[in-house]
Amino acid sequence: MPADSPAVEIDGLVMRYGDKVAVDGLSLTVARGSITAVLGPNGAGKTTTLETCEGYRKPQQGTVRVLGLDPQRQRHDLLPRIGVMLQHGGAWSGVRAMEMLDHIAAMHAFPLDTALLSERLGLADCGRTPYRRLSGGQQQRLALAMALVGRPELVFVDEPTAGMDPQARRTTWELLEEIRRDGVTVVLTTHHMDEAERLADQIHIIDRGTLIATGSPSELTRGNRSATIRLVVTRPFPDSAPESLRFALGPDAEVRQLDDVSMLIVGPANSTTLGTVSRWCETHDVLPETLSLGQRTLEDVFLELTGRQLSA
Amino acid sequence: MTEPLNDFTPRPGSASLRRMVATQARMEARLMLRNGEQLLIAVVIPVIVLIGGVAAIDRVGLDLTQRPVDVLTPGVLALAVMSTAFTSLAIATGFERRYGVIKRLGSSPLPRHGLLLGKVGALLVVEALQLLVICSVAALLGWQPHTSVIGALLAVIAGTAAFAALGLLVAGALRAEATLALANLVYLLLMVGGAVVIPANQYGAFGEVARWLPSGALGESMRTAFIDAGIDWISLVVLLTWATFGALLTARTFRWE
Repeated sequence: MPADSPAVEIDGLVMRYGDKVAVDGLSLTVARGSITAVLGPNGAGKTTTLETCEGYRKPQQGTVRVLGLDPQRQRHDLLPRIGVMLQHGGAWSGVRAMEMLDHIAAMHAFPLDTALLSERLGLADCGRTPYRRLSGGQQQRLALAMALVGRPELVFVDEPTAGMDPQARRTTWELLEEIRRDGVTVVLTTHHMDEAERLADQIHIIDRGTLIATGSPSELTRGNRSATIRLVVTRPFPDSAPESLRFALGPDAEVRQLDDVSMLIVGPANSTTLGTVSRWCETHDVLPETLSLGQRTLEDVFLELTGRQLSA
Repeated sequence: MTEPLNDFTPRPGSASLRRMVATQARMEARLMLRNGEQLLIAVVIPVIVLIGGVAAIDRVGLDLTQRPVDVLTPGVLALAVMSTAFTSLAIATGFERRYGVIKRLGSSPLPRHGLLLGKVGALLVVEALQLLVICSVAALLGWQPHTSVIGALLAVIAGTAAFAALGLLVAGALRAEATLALANLVYLLLMVGGAVVIPANQYGAFGEVARWLPSGALGESMRTAFIDAGIDWISLVVLLTWATFGALLTARTFRWE
């Protein structure tokens, strides 16, 4: 297999639970040696997609290839080459942290030095602590250590920094960047845009089981050189406010009402747009509480694409 | 002071199956022995049953042709096998499902048959320790067995297979708490009414039913091995039938998560 073939190739994946469609015709690729973020709200189908790549679930339709292998039929060849960080659990309640890490290490031919790895992840002090007594952040770091200890080519990390304090998040981010430098491909799911923006070379935004946007953080946020204006007012908008504002701004701008008192306007990045919004407020007797102009964030991108907030 | 870890260059590979199975067996045995409640069921209760039974048996009106300790010890050994292969295994596996341990191991190089072999290895280690303790206590009580080593080994193996298959059946289908309750309840019921400690012929008409239960078949085959120095082929076939039945059902119903 050529080294430049994708690390992960998903083509037309469909996964259902009963009548609920969790993944709906998803296609995406992950380049080798990259950090790729799968970004989406809770319930978007991120974990189901990951678990299909990890061989836990059989694709109901479509194909999945990981390192060129079928995660179901070539499980035996694939598993030694990937590392998996589960979102929850994964250890006996009475097992000590180091004992668990050593256990996973012993399943591999050339594991990392577990003492050094645990020190690197700040687990040295709780090595003898039973798993059930570890804090949420310590359990997360242990799960990450278990994913890395077998020296995999590719790691899947599901919500890697959930429950971590800011310090531990930064340490984790640095570590993920470091393993990428050493040639490990990282696929992570997250619903934090800052995490995706900071870490990812490539971001796949998924919602309701389908891919809605793909690109590097700057590609996604640059968009077509548009600016985003957030308008928050003191009293609820009058009924036809979005329509009249859309009319005032012309066809180049997009207006989306978020709730009773806030709107998001995406338009050409120039002073006219802001001036028009300001004048519109004056003529419609609404008092702006916030009128802010900013570069688009991934949050805005998601909002534009789906009309919903990314993180509730 | 050693250098901090700073090289994550991929070098994947799985350990040999033998090493993975041995690692898994050691871990499971260690966790079983570390757990207070499981130790109680594995060792303390059988020893109490043995000592209490020998002391009290004259007063409960059983019609035994042998000395009480010679009759009860094989039954208590059978009880010990049942406690580990059924109750301890079911509870441990139920919580492994709950805590995502089986899921986590499912993405490690350890294959599923390796996990199963590891569990069997752990059971045999714990059973060996149980048998050692119980035989020592029995020897102090004056136990004089007439042993068929092959008969005893076959009984332990067939009994372990039958009860492990049934234990995994329960653990793979029910929630962890329900498994905990059911595994303990079944253990108690079989201990009292399943012809495991007390011979089936002491149960009157029910003895004819009890000897076809896995508990009765294990108890009878252990008694034949340690009292008559024989091999109870019928009971062994009964145990293997339960094992097959349990394994087939488990294979169809076991949910890994």
